[in-house]
Amino acid sequence: MNSLTFKRHLKESFKSLKRNGWMTAAAISAVAVTLLLVGVLLAILLNINKVASDIENDVQVRVLINRGTTKKQQQQLRQELSSLSDVKSIRYSSKKQELKNVIGSYGKEFKLFSGDDNPLNDVYVVKTKQPKQTVKVAEKAEHMKYVYTAKYGGASAKKLFHVVDSVRTWGTAIGLLLLFVAVFLISNTIRITILSRKNEIAIMRLVGATNGFIRWPFILEGAWTGLFGAILPIVIIDFGYVWLYRVLMASLASTGYQLLTPATFLLQIDLLLILIGIIIGALGSAVSMRRFLKI
Amino acid sequence: MIEFKHVFKKYTNDIEAASDFSIKIDQGEFVYVVGPSGAGKSTFIKMMYREEKPTSGQIKINEFELDKIKGHEIPYLRRELGIVFQDFKLLPKMTVFENVAYALQVIEKQPTEIQQRVKRVLDLVGLADKADAFPNQLSGGEQQRIAIARAIANQPGIVIADEPTGNLDPDTAGGIMDILEEINQQGTTVVMATHNSGIVNQRKHRVIEIEDGHIIRDQRKGGFSKNE
Ligand SMILES: Nc1ncnc2c1ncn2[C@@H]1O[C@H](COP(=O)(O)OP(=O)(O)O)[C@@H](O)[C@H]1O
Ligand SMILES: [Mg+2]
Repeated sequence: MNSLTFKRHLKESFKSLKRNGWMTAAAISAVAVTLLLVGVLLAILLNINKVASDIENDVQVRVLINRGTTKKQQQQLRQELSSLSDVKSIRYSSKKQELKNVIGSYGKEFKLFSGDDNPLNDVYVVKTKQPKQTVKVAEKAEHMKYVYTAKYGGASAKKLFHVVDSVRTWGTAIGLLLLFVAVFLISNTIRITILSRKNEIAIMRLVGATNGFIRWPFILEGAWTGLFGAILPIVIIDFGYVWLYRVLMASLASTGYQLLTPATFLLQIDLLLILIGIIIGALGSAVSMRRFLKI
Repeated sequence: MIEFKHVFKKYTNDIEAASDFSIKIDQGEFVYVVGPSGAGKSTFIKMMYREEKPTSGQIKINEFELDKIKGHEIPYLRRELGIVFQDFKLLPKMTVFENVAYALQVIEKQPTEIQQRVKRVLDLVGLADKADAFPNQLSGGEQQRIAIARAIANQPGIVIADEPTGNLDPDTAGGIMDILEEINQQGTTVVMATHNSGIVNQRKHRVIEIEDGHIIRDQRKGGFSKNE
């Protein structure tokens, strides 16, 4: 195909969109509704996943050091902890600091434990490379010298891992299902617009058009339908997300958890919607036409 | 050149619409195909542009041997034929101009040349002023003239027409015949199926008569029926 013919196909595809008036409008609307659904659910799923990961990554091992351990011995313990392959970072928190945290969260009454009466331990706060490794690391730390005890959040952490896992599995499943539904709905919409033009295709064949020549304007038309169908969902999702982000982040601020930041996240989801629209639109056209192009 | 050698066509419902057709039509001839409704005229014509495939036998259209032709070659066969259908078969969402131009776009002609040629054939069929109309805004006779314009736009050696005057009043039909005879004068082969006895008897050309799937007459300057 030369560039002249390609230009002709481009022009033809736009003309055809225009002349198929309500059919085009119906197809673009159907694509828009589908993509809006996909976009909204995707935004929800990805954010749930993000928060779940945040919570999960918050899990850490608290290694309580025996009271009366010297600085040198503490250093030794630190070395031993950091030699564990799963350990990512170790932060030291003295018993004074620990007491401050307690006072901060539970109240001034605890002030009377200040000084030599402080009943708390010095602590190594250990983060692991993978959240799930906390269980193993806590177990190992438990048996080390100078360690009073090692805690990883116990049963609640285990439960959390379970929840996060099922959120991921279900999220992926729903996401895939959604994509499948989108493919089905969009290509079906396009199929209907092409079915109605069966006669036109037959005539084109009779006047000597090759299959490629017939196919291209339809494929481009399908791609435009997908592209134009993506515009409204993108606008709605972009504005909606920015607004929701502001509202939700205000109440999430105290927890330290974050939603996905609009700037990058929206760019990704916009691109994804455009791609889904264009690719499914074009492929939908190509596939729907196949049987009319058989000899 | 069109050549049929022992061509048979049996439809899936066991109707034999062509039984041992052997015929040769030379370049530049004007041929009527006549016979009652259901005789097999359309089948005969459809086999020429491969809308129907013979059950057996050989068909040759110019250099194309239709028993050996591959699917992807069929568009190229059709470009050597100008086909005029009884029901016009214009593209409904294209203007008159675009309909005629389509036949030239498929052979990737330059836009400026397309412009000129479309104008010339629309002039020839007398519809230059309707270039921007859509088919449904035209009368039947006008639509058929557009269909002829499209068929001859890329100057095919052969024009095939299946009852091109079938739905038209006598005056309009006469106008269509004028155009077909004019392009025949210029050397184009014209094969035309018709059941219009007036036309066949007035404008004498070769007549091939089909009845019940058999060629029963092939006569130079013949009439609509045997003794006319
Ligand atoms: N696609 C088809 N399937 C089955 N029978 C057909 C088909 N087309 C035509 N016929 C039959 O073949 C015979 C010849 O038809 P046709 O060639 O259309 O005749 P004509 O054009 O002379 O009226 C008729 O009996 C018709 O019913
Ligand atoms: Mg017929």
